[in-house]
This record gives sequence, C-alpha cells and structure tokens, in this order.
Amino acid sequence: MANGRFFDEMKRPDGLTRAVYERVNRWLESAPPELLASRRSQAELMFRRIGITFAVYGEKDASERLIPFDIIPRVLGRSEWTRLEAGLVQRVKALNLFLADVYGAGEVIRAGVIPSDIVYRNPHFRPEMSGRRVPHDVYVQISGIDIVRIDEDDFYVLEDNARTPSGVSYMLENREVMMRLVPELFAEHRVAPVENYPDALLACLKSVSPRPAGNDPTTVLLTPGQFNSAYYEHSFLADKLGIELVEGRDLLVRDDIVYMRTTQGPQRVDVIYRRIDDEYLDPLAFRPDSALGVPGLMSAYLAGNVTLANAVGTGIADDKAVYTYMPEIIRFYLGEEPLLKNVPTWRCRDPESLKYVLDHLPELVVKEVNGSGGYGMLVGPHATRAEIDSFADKLKHDPAGFIAQPTLSLSTCPASFESGIGPRHVDLRPFVLSGADGVRVIPGGLTRVALKEGSLVVNSSQGGGTKDTWVIDDEQGPA
Amino acid sequence: MLSRTADNLFWLARYMERADFLARLIEATQRLSTLPTAYGGTGSEWESTLNAAGALETYELAFDKVTEGDAIHFLAFDSKNPSSIRNCIELARTNARAVRTALTIEMWQSINTAWLELKRFETSLGAKGTIDRVELSRFLDFVKKTSLDFDGSANRTMLRNDAYWFSRLGLYVERVDTTARILDVKYHVLLPETEAVGGTIDYFQWTAILRAVSALTAYHWVYKGGVKPWLVADLLILRPEMPRSLHFCYDNIVRLLDAIARAYGRQGPSQRHARSVLSRLENASIKEIFETGLHEFLTGFIEDNDRLGSNIAEQYLID
Repeated sequence: MANGRFFDEMKRPDGLTRAVYERVNRWLESAPPELLASRRSQAELMFRRIGITFAVYGEKDASERLIPFDIIPRVLGRSEWTRLEAGLVQRVKALNLFLADVYGAGEVIRAGVIPSDIVYRNPHFRPEMSGRRVPHDVYVQISGIDIVRIDEDDFYVLEDNARTPSGVSYMLENREVMMRLVPELFAEHRVAPVENYPDALLACLKSVSPRPAGNDPTTVLLTPGQFNSAYYEHSFLADKLGIELVEGRDLLVRDDIVYMRTTQGPQRVDVIYRRIDDEYLDPLAFRPDSALGVPGLMSAYLAGNVTLANAVGTGIADDKAVYTYMPEIIRFYLGEEPLLKNVPTWRCRDPESLKYVLDHLPELVVKEVNGSGGYGMLVGPHATRAEIDSFADKLKHDPAGFIAQPTLSLSTCPASFESGIGPRHVDLRPFVLSGADGVRVIPGGLTRVALKEGSLVVNSSQGGGTKDTWVIDDEQGPA
Repeated sequence: MLSRTADNLFWLARYMERADFLARLIEATQRLSTLPTAYGGTGSEWESTLNAAGALETYELAFDKVTEGDAIHFLAFDSKNPSSIRNCIELARTNARAVRTALTIEMWQSINTAWLELKRFETSLGAKGTIDRVELSRFLDFVKKTSLDFDGSANRTMLRNDAYWFSRLGLYVERVDTTARILDVKYHVLLPETEAVGGTIDYFQWTAILRAVSALTAYHWVYKGGVKPWLVADLLILRPEMPRSLHFCYDNIVRLLDAIARAYGRQGPSQRHARSVLSRLENASIKEIFETGLHEFLTGFIEDNDRLGSNIAEQYLID
C-alpha cells in the first residue's frame, strides 16, 4: 500500500486545494522562500530558548534534545473535528466502563466479548484493584489517543494511551510559538484555543477528589524527578496548574492518609496527578527496589483517602492485545457502533493469523505487544530481505508477543524545509480529559510528523518532529 | 511550600554567594602574595586563604605543601573540594533544576548560562599546574558577574513570598559566615591600636580583607581616613549600613524570618535565636570586642550562626 498514493490534507489528487487549507496554501504560495527560511530559524531560536529548559533535563548535549518543529500548521475543519471528537469521547467512555468492569463484575468476560486470559493474565492487570471502586468510576482522567487518517472520511485509532501519556506541553508550547511566529496567518483564521487545557485539567482532577465537595482539594503532580526525560513537561504543567511538583520523598503516609512535607508541617493531599508508572508507586505494594515511590501510598489509595490520576491498573486498557477488541468493547458497553475505526489487526497468538502474517511480512507492520516508541517493530515495505527473515525468527519464537497490521497509508501534510515544501506523513494525539462531569477533548492535539521523506515513523526518538494543530471554523470570515 | 523546595532555594542562594566570596578571596590573595615581605608578604597567604575558605583540611589531604597554583586550582576547579567554585555553581544548578517551578525564568537562565559558561572555563583553566593569569581574572570576573546577575534577577523578578524569603535567608546566612571566617583567619593582624604591633606593615593585609568582601571603597566613605585595623573590624562586624557586616546580615535574617513567621502565623526557635544574636550585635562596641578577644568573639559568633542554620533546617526544611 505504500505505493505513493496517500491522502494529502492540503492538496487533492486533482491538484486543487482542500477548503480548510485555502488560506494556508495562499500564504505558502505568496511567501518568498526567504521569509519561510527566516521563520524557520526564528522558530528554532524560540525553541532553543525554551529548549534550554527542554534539553537540560536529559542528556549532555542540550541541542540534541530539541524536538524539531515544523512551521506549517496542520489544519482540521470544525466539522472534521466534531466527528473526531465524538469518536474520542465514545472511545474514552468505553475505556472507563471497561476498566470499572474488569476490576468489578467482569461482565465483558462472562459475556464472552474478550477472552479472560487476555485480561486476567495480562502483566498490566492489577489484582489489588479488584473489587475496588474509584471516585465516580473514572479510571482514565487523562488519555492520549493516537489517531491516523487515511482519507477524507476515516480516522483510525492507532493506540490508546491510558497510563501516563505525555506530549501535552508540546501542544501548548507549539501554539505559543506559532502565535508569535505567524501572526498574519492567525489573523486570517479563527483557531480554537488550546490554552485552557491546564484549567480544564485542574478542574477534572479536583472533580475526582475523594473528600466531599466544599473543601478545596489539594492536588499535586508526582514526578519521578529531574532525571526523567519528561521532567520538563512535569514542571511545565505543575507551573501552569499552580500545584506543587512533588517527588516520592516529599510525600508521606500516616494512618492511610497522604501528606506532603511542607515548611508549615505535613499538609494533606487529596489528588495526585502521577507521572510515575504503577510499578514504581509504592515499594511496599509493587517493586520493593523503587526509590521513586511512597511507602504506604497503595494502602491509602485502597482505603479511598486519596485519588490517583490515572488510576492504578489502567495499563490493561491500552494493552495492544486488548486494543484489538475495542470495537466489540464499545458495542458491548454503549450499544453503539464505534465512530473511530480500529486498524485491522492480526493477533499472532492465533496460529492461523501467525501463518498469514509470516506469509505477508513484506506488506505488514509487526509490533511487540509490550513495545512502544517505535522500537522493536518491523515496517515490512521498508525492510530489507535480511531484516524480514530475522524478524520472522523472532516471531516464530514468541508469537503471542506480537501483533501485525497492514501498512497504513498515513495522510500527509505540507512541511517546510530548506529544499522547499514537501508532503510528510503525520499522526495526531488529541488529549482527552474525563472527570466527574463527563468527557471533554481540547480542540487540537499534538501532531507528530515524520520529517524524513517517505518515512512513516513519527516518533521523536526516530526523526519525528511536531506541528501545531489548528481546528478552524469551516466558514471563515472575510480574509 | 514543600520543605524540599525551601531547602533547595536556601542552598541554591548559599552556593551562589559562596562562589562569589571565593572569587573575591582568590583575587585579594593574589594581590597580597605578590607583595615583598617588607610590605607584609608572609609567604603563607595561600594557607590562610584556604583556611578562610574552610578548605585547608581537605587540601592537606590531597597535597603535601601549599603552592599558589595548587591552591587556586583547588579553590576554583577541583571537584574533590566540595566547596570549590565549580562545585558551588554545579550544586546551585542542581538545586535550581530541582525547583525549576519555584524560580523565575530570569533566575533559571542566569544559573543555567553560568553553568554552560563554566564548562568552557574548565577547558581553558581546569588543568592543574599552570595558571593563565589573564584567563583566571576573566574567570573570577565571570563568577562575580554571575552572582550579581542571579541576585539582581531574584530581586527584580521574584514574588515576595516564602520562596523569596528562604532564598534570601540562604544568602545572608552564607554571607555572614564568610565575613566572620575571613575576619577570624586574619584576626591577628586586626589587633587594636593600643597594642601597636607591626605598624604599617599590616596595612596591606587589612586592605586585602576589605577587598575580599568588596568593602574598600565603603571603608573610605564611612571613616574618611586611613585604614585602621580596629575600624576594619568595626566596619565588618558592627556597621549596620555595611552590606557585608554581621550586623547588617542579621538585621536581614531577623526581618526575613519574621516575614516567614507572620505568613505562617507561628514564631519558633529560629526567630528567637536570630533575634538574640542580633541584639548582642546591636549592644556590642568594638572596644569591648577587642577587650574580650576578637578571636573568641568570632568563634562564638560562627557557632551561633551554625546553630541558626540547624534551627532553620529543623523548623522548616526537613520535616
């Protein structure tokens, strides 16, 4: 399928420009190359300035850690967005219902919708959570659903991130940079703002406080610390939310109540937006060697005295094996047809699928069930014969560890380079918030772009960059 | 605020202040060590400087004898010296990074830029043995500028709340300690007039002290005369208008601790202890201090100040 016919979000096959991109196209056509070049270097400069803070938390060389940014916005029309949004809300509702069910009555399993071993023998399943309720039955307060587009009509979900999805700081920073970088382009569009994300997030976190309404819940962000690669995002968000950025050692548990150590003595904590994986939360409950966590935190959590966002055990919902059942899961809980498509997937644990996959490796993408970041995967159409052969061995050795999908023809968007403007493949991670009063999506998200020509891998660890994502009114005012 | 945040802010300011002091101390000593013995050059300037920096013991573990080259390298760049300038800047940055949200952008940039610049100086100056004097003086200027920049940023951009107070508290606790230490190391040249030893030979020693705490010009403005040893002590211990003096620093420490106590609605051992130290300074005269012994006075003061440090730590920083 990687045969050169991709859906381009700006140019139709007949060479005409899609309506939502008209003004961007006009801007690109009228802007002299020097102008684009100067904007590109300006953008680089701005990011390097902020980027000092992006970069220093990671490896030695600061400049290495800047994620490339493309100055041409990715544009979605309001009506496209409305469709996507409805699909995201539906999906996240189903994820929450699924989690409440597998840690509760288990009806989805008894009804035969999903095999019990995929759930109960899954390393991400947390038996500690069985039979426990969480406030308002919300498990996944913050999710990032990775979306790809292949044509005018269809959005596919590539994966559900229901643990500690990151990248939202890029969504916010990209917008700030763009507003200063291309004010003339902004003036021609009505772009839905994203800057209220921190407020929405805080409201969402407070809404799931375990203590009765009336007192203002104390909310904190729990980070693994300054050596974590996402530390910049953690401190950025804590700052925007106006909440304390705590490490494990700043918290203590006494009589199943969580406190933070402050200059005025211990202060009770109600909601923890944790950016630490389950396994590291509490050395008494999970990995005893974890120095990042808080001894006794699980016990306080299970006693219902503190809310963790996201809940413990949500990894079961974004597991790649469970993913393959999402359409059935949505039908089962909501009685609705899924609005967003699942990428058709072969489960290699099933012998017939394995046979098909082995026979068709050159045209498939094969992923490790537990892999992430674009590592440990085979992109068939771009692989050499030798790579395919060695991957086939791995696959035969551990079929249950892999799933396979057709190579998707990811849509392309224009991106700006020294050599000119060219189409590049993109995906989209919108951020979805679930609180006591429902599910909402910030209009936009993080667009990741594969900057290498022809590449389908958008991960920043493998040459991917980001773009600002605009949701604009379909009917634009006079330009 | 989080105890850890307060602790980081407190130490961040201390390390920046310490780096600044060390840079001035090295400059003053360099000047002194070029004097002929007839003008007070004793040949042991670097030893007494290491002592004033509180680094003599660790130095002696690593070196057999004190040489200018080794001493400067040890004070400025040696990572084995926990209080070397490079370690101070690095520790300041580590603390800053951990409390990124409590700092303003200007403060962070000031520290981060200094840290990046430090790497460059380490390449040009970090090798042991030889000293490139021109590059060294550039380095010392850079360190002083960095602390001015950090200080100015804090002053101009920080909200006046507990984060600011703890940061300033660190600065004054450190500053008062360094002033007391340098006086104590040099106390033997600060004997009062009545003892009339040494005559003008010690003149250069006194001015070296004043230079080390950037107070030479201030001295002339305050006393409008030649440099007299007991007046040097008076300036650095008792003058409330001298920003390096023990009195001035304690005025500020008391004021800052009171601001914290008001905000938190509770006084504690730190406030009580700081007030009693201040009132002793207010009621002292330089004559009395010399009568009871300058060395005894300073040792007592340094102990008192250390106790304030632990009081603050127990009351606010470790829970």
